Amino acid sequence: MVRDALHIARKDLRIEWRTRITAFQVIPFAVVVIVLFGFALGPDPARLENAAPGVFWLAVLLASVLGVERSIAIELREGAFDGLRLAGFDPAGIFLGKLVALSAQLVALEVLLGVITAIVFQVSLASFWLLAVASVVATLGIVAVGLLYGVLLASSRVRETLLPLLFFPVIAPVLIAGSKTWQAAISQHVSAGLGWLELLAVFGVVYCSIGIVSFGPLMEDL
Amino acid sequence: MRSLGEQRTLADRIQRILGLSALAGMVATVWLGLFVTPPDQFMGDLVRLIYIHPPLAWVAFIAYGMNFLASLAYLWPRTRDLRWDQLAGSSAEVGVLFTGLTLVTGSIWGRPAWGTWWTWDPLLTTTALLFVLYLGYLALRRVPDDPELRARRSAIAALIAFLDVPIVYFAVLWWKSLHQAPTVLNPTTHKTYIHGSMAWTLLLGFIAFTITYAWMVMIRYRLGALEARVLETRITSALRERQLEGSHE
Repeated sequence: MVRDALHIARKDLRIEWRTRITAFQVIPFAVVVIVLFGFALGPDPARLENAAPGVFWLAVLLASVLGVERSIAIELREGAFDGLRLAGFDPAGIFLGKLVALSAQLVALEVLLGVITAIVFQVSLASFWLLAVASVVATLGIVAVGLLYGVLLASSRVRETLLPLLFFPVIAPVLIAGSKTWQAAISQHVSAGLGWLELLAVFGVVYCSIGIVSFGPLMEDL
Repeated sequence: MRSLGEQRTLADRIQRILGLSALAGMVATVWLGLFVTPPDQFMGDLVRLIYIHPPLAWVAFIAYGMNFLASLAYLWPRTRDLRWDQLAGSSAEVGVLFTGLTLVTGSIWGRPAWGTWWTWDPLLTTTALLFVLYLGYLALRRVPDDPELRARRSAIAALIAFLDVPIVYFAVLWWKSLHQAPTVLNPTTHKTYIHGSMAWTLLLGFIAFTITYAWMVMIRYRLGALEARVLETRITSALRERQLEGSHE
């Protein structure tokens, strides 16, 4: 399972390296979202600082839909999913591989976006390790749910329109917990952030487990 | 064929009994709630909403629980049957309707009682999210596809949604309580003020709404089964026409 996962992750990251879709389309989109929120909120520094964590995570969530969409789309072209199945890949391995690859891309996006948010919204990012751990854990949860719904909808023609409706309500707790952890980190109340980190971890474990168990049955439908 | 006919009349009879008891329960709840029970000392006639709002929320809760159990039963290989899928879908539809009604009646209550249509209270927020979650689930069910495939897809989506509910609840609970004095509405504190006829009316409300739920799910379930059969008949007759066309040539 682990070896299969590594193969898949390497393949997905290589595709990204050659096409640069995340780098040149998804990341700029997230930056645009941040800037638009800046316009919507106005230039008041206190208000911007308050809103920064939530805005950051909303931008990440919006970008993650595009990431999930892309991650599923590359497998649907030219029967790639069938190819993987015929090659004897473990479905759980495929899920984990895609999870790792997409999470790595999103974490890269978050690093860049975090720096931009800090500059544009004028916040100082203290407690760096809390931010880093929370972001990685939150990303794994987001991507697990996204891939589950992505593959669930893979064979239907309404994937693009239905995915956000199914995806966003489920990851609402991540938006809350992620924003709260960032707020705790910015105001340096690390202990307050740890509780939220636990919630993020529970979320991640629950949905990664569902993904590992149900990816096999779901892939049969493609 | 005969046994099929008998089964149908039995189901018809159960449905009629359920429908009549639901109607009787509703009429009694309305009568007791509006005319027999006294107005509240502080809230006046507003208190009468308590005879329908908690029962509505309760039915929504049962509906999603039933949806979850039926989805599990479908996913479990030994009990895999499309009827479980049909039951899960019917229950979720009724659940979404009752969640919507819970939100509406809650708002009508909240405006005079708290002075606002909406507040970001944990229970309210969770209910609103529940509504959107299962709206998505119903949208997924509407996507036309092979019945088996659709059933598996829906069952897994039901699992994803149901497991999210406790996480959402804790998230919004902490979200409010960490940075603000806890102003959590505790439903049990209401109950301590209820006596005599009010308690009985509320209990009757719970029973009446639960029967109504069972009746609605039953109708929806049977309608779904009929739809599936109509589809099947159409496909067979279309196939037969094609075969006849072929034999003429």
